[in-house]
Amino acid sequence: MDIKKIARMVSINSLKMIFHAESGHPGGVLSSIDIILFLFMKEMKYDSKDFLIKERDRFILSKGHCAPALYAVAAEVGIIEKSRLNGLRKLDHELQGHTHRGATPWVEASTGSLGQGFSFAIGEAKGLKMQNIDNRVYVMLGDGELQEGEVWEGAMFAGHHHLENLCAVIDYNKMQSDDLNENIMGLEPLSDKWKAFNWHVIEIDGHNFDEIGKAFDKATTIRNKPTVIIAHTIKGKGVSYMEGSPAWHGSLKLSTEDLTLALLELGATEEEINGYINE
Amino acid sequence: MSKAPVLLGSSGDSLREACGKELTKIAPDYPNVVVLDADIAGGTGMHHFRKTFPDRFIQCGIAEQNMMAMAGGLAATGLIPVVTTFAVFMLRSIEQARLSIGYADMNVKIVASHPGLDVGPDGASAQCLEDLACYRSIPNMVVLSPCDPLEIEQATKAILDYEGPVYMRTGRSDAQRILGEDYQFEIGKAKILKNGSDITIMGCGVTTGRALEAAKILEMDGISVRIVNMSTIKPIDSAMVIKCANETKGIITVEDHNILGGLGSAVAEVLVQHNPVPMEFVGVRDSFGESGEPNELAKKYGIDYKAIIKSVHQLLERI
Repeated sequence: MDIKKIARMVSINSLKMIFHAESGHPGGVLSSIDIILFLFMKEMKYDSKDFLIKERDRFILSKGHCAPALYAVAAEVGIIEKSRLNGLRKLDHELQGHTHRGATPWVEASTGSLGQGFSFAIGEAKGLKMQNIDNRVYVMLGDGELQEGEVWEGAMFAGHHHLENLCAVIDYNKMQSDDLNENIMGLEPLSDKWKAFNWHVIEIDGHNFDEIGKAFDKATTIRNKPTVIIAHTIKGKGVSYMEGSPAWHGSLKLSTEDLTLALLELGATEEEINGYINE
Repeated sequence: MSKAPVLLGSSGDSLREACGKELTKIAPDYPNVVVLDADIAGGTGMHHFRKTFPDRFIQCGIAEQNMMAMAGGLAATGLIPVVTTFAVFMLRSIEQARLSIGYADMNVKIVASHPGLDVGPDGASAQCLEDLACYRSIPNMVVLSPCDPLEIEQATKAILDYEGPVYMRTGRSDAQRILGEDYQFEIGKAKILKNGSDITIMGCGVTTGRALEAAKILEMDGISVRIVNMSTIKPIDSAMVIKCANETKGIITVEDHNILGGLGSAVAEVLVQHNPVPMEFVGVRDSFGESGEPNELAKKYGIDYKAIIKSVHQLLERI
């Protein structure tokens, strides 16, 4: 199936999970799905049936509040069962509100405190390199996350230690919890910042699969420095009433009407939507 | 041309030096061990490791938050990271220790030099009096404070053999050897160093030696004290605490730490649930330190052997 269609299905599943959980962060989930899906479908080397073997490419969702996106992608590629998805944020269920390796070992890190997943990924990249294991580490950060000082400690480390097996992706949807980045604490000139920390920088449209693919291809050819892909994305991608509005960052509850409107735009039929609501 | 200056305290038999030397000695048997440093290996004792195993030494720069969370990632690739810096900077990165090591349950060893007033002349900014309380409250985290060079050597090996997160204090000042050759450290086990029937004194780190010193003087006054080395703060050896409560009339805890939340609190938590015998706390009384030599500071802030003797008399008056 065409990856665009699958991405829409993952978006539908993510919103369905947030609806049933009665809380979550839909805006950033929707902006990040295309890239996470591409990584798991096309880019990373791993065995979905034997996921924890040491020689695997790794992905860490440092913006841990967008866990539903990762869970829905994992279900799509067969790492977890789709039937588990509606357990998100529920007591005694493994799908924690923010990713947690203690509950779901395949998520690599425990995240939810911004900046830490990035450092954890750097540790994995350094560890693999020290052991001459030829696998890559991918890590996704939010744009607001870049305001954490720890990110720049890590950026300096990875540049200094020439971690070419590390590829960071910034889900640059321009919005954070309360407002636009530029009104909270501006990030620009963002590309220059990473260049100054000795990273190879690629800027792309984070919803264009050709550009996503070319960026990851390029990143694998870069030697002696880590790569950062600044992916320009749309918060709430695919749902017109969410797009461009920081109000849909979350954590928030989706009403039946919110979900219905959103899923119709993502291509679900009314009959399908009624089924999802009653799951 | 003058020679390079000698760094103060970079030699001698301090707990930090003993730890660094032992780790370097046993490292060939533990090929997965890597040491993380934040530009302070000369002070933490890890300069020995850096010199012998430069390929297994990871210089993280003065960036402790990244260092701590990164250790979790290194552990996720099968390495055993030993995170080293001063205890105060372990506080700076405690949220990383909580999430990326404790919560994630990673096999990381956090080895903190320069705890307590034992730091001395650098003053309050470097004298960490809060770490035991903070690290003790992180689930999955084992918390240790060995008392002499022999015990720190044994503990250094023990934490590598133990699978899971550990926080361990070393120490800055020259440390006396107080344990006998037959001593055997075990995580979670307190050891009676001297028997006695009136009062039990429980110490950890540099204060265990002071408790032994106080015991000698108290014995001359006819007071029989039992000395227990509580080098594991968490999991606390409840059985030993209850045993001492049953067999002696009261318990005194001694620590180079704030009296809030450290060894004394851990012991009190056990006592009040089982056998609440009278207790006294010897520790820093919820204040910061200042510049001065460790022995001067111990005297001024009431954690020297004389303060222990005084608290024994106070306790006996209450019984």
